Amino acid sequence: MNVGEVDILVGVPTFNDAKTVAPVVQAIRAGLLKYFPRQRAVIINADGGSKDPTQELVRAASITDMVRAANIHALRTLHCISTQYAGGAASGTALHTIVAAADLLRARACAVISADSLSITPEWLEGLLRPVHRESFDLVTPLYRRHKFDGLLVRNLVYPMTRAVYAKRIREPHPPDFAFSGRLAGHFLGEEIWTQDIARTGAEMFLTVSAITGGFSVAQSYLGPKARVEHSSSDLVPAMRQTVGGLFWSLDPNFAFWSAQNGSQAVPTFGADYEIALEPLRVNRKHLHQMFVRGVADLEPVLKTILSASTLAELQRVAALPEDDFCYSDELWVRTVYDLAAAHHKTVISRDHIVQALAPLYRGKTYTFLAQNREAPAEELERNVESLSQTFERMKPYLLEQWNGQK
Amino acid sequence: MWQIVVTELTQATHEIVAEIARFLPRLVVMLIIVLIGWGAAYLVKWILRSILRLAKFDRLSQHAGAAQLLHKADLPSPTELLSRFVFWLAWLAFILIGVSVLGIVGLEEHVARFFGFLPRLFAAFFVFFFGLLAASFFSRAALLAAVNADLPSPQLISSTIYTLIILLAVSMGFEELGVAETTVVVAFGIIFGALMMGLALAFGLGGRELARRFLERRFSREKKEEREDELSPL
Repeated sequence: MNVGEVDILVGVPTFNDAKTVAPVVQAIRAGLLKYFPRQRAVIINADGGSKDPTQELVRAASITDMVRAANIHALRTLHCISTQYAGGAASGTALHTIVAAADLLRARACAVISADSLSITPEWLEGLLRPVHRESFDLVTPLYRRHKFDGLLVRNLVYPMTRAVYAKRIREPHPPDFAFSGRLAGHFLGEEIWTQDIARTGAEMFLTVSAITGGFSVAQSYLGPKARVEHSSSDLVPAMRQTVGGLFWSLDPNFAFWSAQNGSQAVPTFGADYEIALEPLRVNRKHLHQMFVRGVADLEPVLKTILSASTLAELQRVAALPEDDFCYSDELWVRTVYDLAAAHHKTVISRDHIVQALAPLYRGKTYTFLAQNREAPAEELERNVESLSQTFERMKPYLLEQWNGQK
Repeated sequence: MWQIVVTELTQATHEIVAEIARFLPRLVVMLIIVLIGWGAAYLVKWILRSILRLAKFDRLSQHAGAAQLLHKADLPSPTELLSRFVFWLAWLAFILIGVSVLGIVGLEEHVARFFGFLPRLFAAFFVFFFGLLAASFFSRAALLAAVNADLPSPQLISSTIYTLIILLAVSMGFEELGVAETTVVVAFGIIFGALMMGLALAFGLGGRELARRFLERRFSREKKEEREDELSPL
């Protein structure tokens, strides 16, 4: 099949996603047909070696019934290519495959859609691609309507720290669904991250950082509800490697940029504003508190080498409090994260171990967040997140002190 | 007869004086070699210390856990300790060369054996050091994994792994040095085998119920609706 050059490329990274990929690809096809009927478009499925019929389902995903019912006529052939990349399943490798394909095909606008985005509608394609295709933005990250207790790692760490360090208020700096320009794709392919191990897991985070530090125009687009995906507690460490590991790693090569930034700026937003769903959710907070307390005690030999003495002492004092009085304050959380970022920079111990050591401490912060916001309405929760973000910004000089080795 | 005694005594005295006269220059040469050796050893120590500082050997030792061990024993830093060790080793080598110049037959053999021993000493040192590094890394990895998986007694798991790797490194080091080879290897085999047997029995007999509950929790698909919701971090 000779695809030639395209105007729009949509990438779908997959690995054993047979349960969810077909409706996602159908929605992508419908969206491209409805909103970009005149554009030359291709869907690239980058698969990590699925053992189930994911790739077959991608190729077979059809929207014939929908087209007939809506009386839509395709003006261009929509190609769908499914390919397997080498080296085992890794989101970073899948992203590299998609970005390389975009560069090869000289796509003007590209999007990446996660294979488990079950709440996707055809309007997502318009929301993500229009700002790139028509308004010349280089990176468009999503805004979702999410449950108030979903994505807490992003809310409590990744978003506020990215905002404080890189001075851009991007709510989803590690986006599962996003769009980018061909110009950014070419720039991103030339980054040194691809020679590092972190490229396998943290590439999405680095794409956002690369767009900010490279002076590319960034926007956000409201997509709608994001379906909750089932997770087990064992998914936390891989999630931290992808997000926090990628964010910490990006600080070294971009030190000159972020050390000169002060405050933060909002990015243009398309569509409705950020929304929070408030349905009740049963969460085992006690277990979170127990894991935090045990983590601080058992990991003391490790924490001694990567945290400052005052931060560790304060953590131990907080861990000794009864559950009812427990509170992991914003200032202590920011000091903890910044100490770990500095330890990551100095490679005091293995960098992956530093990221893993953050997991039980994050559980303590999650406990406090859940306790403080259990009955909180959306506005109050947003105020709390804004307050945490401002604490990250205000304490940036502390990060620079720790980074340069001053105590 | 008295004349013969005097003659023999005189001859013996002449021979002793001649021996001393032959020995003294060799002694002087030995002392010169020892002095030069001191200077050379000091130079080697200075060069090694500079190289180790450039290579950030102290930081590597911290990762290995060696720096902390030395600090607890009130010993100098790893760079300083290694530099001093090499200084004394180098000077000892020159002293032995000087001693071999004296021409004392029995000593020459020991000097040769010492120089043959040196490569094995350095190999054993590397085995110990990298064993310490591996023990530190893997025990920390096990500790973190056990804490994040909410396993019971993560510090016990970590210490066990640390001890096993150190035992292995020490056994390999002593085998390299040729010190009580058979004893060390057999002792290590017995300890390791006993530990594994003990763990197998403990898990097989004592941990049956725990293992059953763990596997049920991990793989059971029943009563899902009664579980609390798991938070999605991303």
